[in-house]
Amino acid sequence: MRIRSPGLVSIVAFGYALLYVPIVSVVIYSFNDSRLVTLWGGFSLRWYASLLEDEKLLEAALLSLRIAFLSASFATALGAIVALALHRLGRLRGRLLLSGMVTAPLVMPEIITGLSLLFLFISMADLIGWPMNRGATTITIAHVTFSMAYVVVVVRSRLAAMDESLEEAAMDLGGRPLAVFFDVTVPMLLPALVSGWLLSFTLSLDDLVISSFVSGPGATTLPMYIFAKVRLGVTPDINAITTLIIALVALAVGIASFVTNRRRSA
Amino acid sequence: MSDAAEGHDDRSLRWLRRAVKFPYFWLLLFFLAPFLIILKISLADPVVAQPPFTPLLEWGAEGFEGLRITFSNYVFLFKDGYYGIIYLSSLKMAAIGTLLCLLLGYPMAYFIARQPPSRRHLLLLAVILPFWISFLLRVYAWIGLLNNRGVINELLLWTGVIDAPIQMLYNDFAVYLGIVYSYLPFMILPLYANLERHDLDLLDAAADLGARRWRAFVDVTLPLSAPGIIGGCLLVFIPAVGEFTIPALLGGADTLMIGRVLWDEFFVNRDWPVASAVSVVLLLLLIAPIMWFQRLQAREQETGR
Repeated sequence: MRIRSPGLVSIVAFGYALLYVPIVSVVIYSFNDSRLVTLWGGFSLRWYASLLEDEKLLEAALLSLRIAFLSASFATALGAIVALALHRLGRLRGRLLLSGMVTAPLVMPEIITGLSLLFLFISMADLIGWPMNRGATTITIAHVTFSMAYVVVVVRSRLAAMDESLEEAAMDLGGRPLAVFFDVTVPMLLPALVSGWLLSFTLSLDDLVISSFVSGPGATTLPMYIFAKVRLGVTPDINAITTLIIALVALAVGIASFVTNRRRSA
Repeated sequence: MSDAAEGHDDRSLRWLRRAVKFPYFWLLLFFLAPFLIILKISLADPVVAQPPFTPLLEWGAEGFEGLRITFSNYVFLFKDGYYGIIYLSSLKMAAIGTLLCLLLGYPMAYFIARQPPSRRHLLLLAVILPFWISFLLRVYAWIGLLNNRGVINELLLWTGVIDAPIQMLYNDFAVYLGIVYSYLPFMILPLYANLERHDLDLLDAAADLGARRWRAFVDVTLPLSAPGIIGGCLLVFIPAVGEFTIPALLGGADTLMIGRVLWDEFFVNRDWPVASAVSVVLLLLLIAPIMWFQRLQAREQETGR
């Protein structure tokens, strides 16, 4: 069935324009020489140069990357275990509670998650003396907790679509359970694990609200740094950061589609 | 899992039974416990101390002396009309934002679902792609567009459509735009997943029976897509109610949304018990839509298999 309605087509075009116009405009203005954001003052790379001199920014970016890497790795491991347990263990004690706790962060307002985790950390410091300082560790813990939920969703849908006879065959041939798990199950789950990890990494790198609550003095993540700057209005160097991030994402998407295409044709 | 397989599973999956205890404990500690604590603090009196609230359990020289609970924070919320207005205004703004999102997202999902499969994939990818770029930066991009001296105003002035810049930033309009822009993919994806499964023969049957296309859409397609509509709307509405970043960056001083008020209550006023009570009430408001969404998901998973 073909769609020819001009009304529908123009609504769809408007929708895509809405999605992409802001991104394109930021990229264009990141090369603008003028400090006034909307006046075109000629092509320039000065805002990119100013990024390199901004030590606080580089520090924040490194911290964010470190937290994102750690929390994505932890969340993928823990999320995969939860997904497997929910899928494979027919009789699991407290199953309902587990599946409830692991899906709730998907719909929980971030602001509540952040506030409640902060109160937990303060109470824990009061009771057992840990964590004494809030910062990278507490942010990582918070990110693992909410990212895990997304990993579980991704891995569960893969498990539901997976053929279990291979594992059973390996088992029947005398493979030990853990060996079968790492030699057969993990490779089959790999696409889901990779996309779960990437999703967690992005979510962590992106989080402003929860990090702001559970962070302490001295630990400023990239979104926290950007938010503090942007709250005062438009600053041209943020345009440059955005453009760099877009380039990075485009590169990652390009590599990912190249790899999957090659695998498909091979 | 069948009972016959259970014995086999018990042996080979013993390690999993052990391993799952760790994430289980993790979630109990870092997800469930925090909520009990927030509930506890919302029932405590604020004091000038560190931490700035009275302990709930009183331990005296004689041991346990009793439970100290106060509902004064909740009474304060309800007596002080300010919070009631903010809750209502957040629900209203989220609802309008969701409706606008549906009005734009439905035609898009419908259009994509009716394209040839190869093009469908590409169009869907184009919807998801911006999601990978930081949410904060995408919201920020609108400041440059909507500014009084922003791209849109300059363009309209230059073409002579307007004589003076229109105030588009720092008001409710900008917040609605921000919600539609940020949550559009969450609306389109469940709608697409539903519309893509429709049996097009039904539409042919309707056409054969003399129904016009619009009529067939209203009588056949629209009712069939109800689960997708509900799913998409809940996926947008629930996070939009507690949204912080969008009203903080694009909203005006008079844009009242609970996420922003909660942030100020905590970071500016430092009133922790009131901030806790505010979030407990917010959670109570959201419990009905959250349960609805969970049930919808469970049903989806059953029919999907």
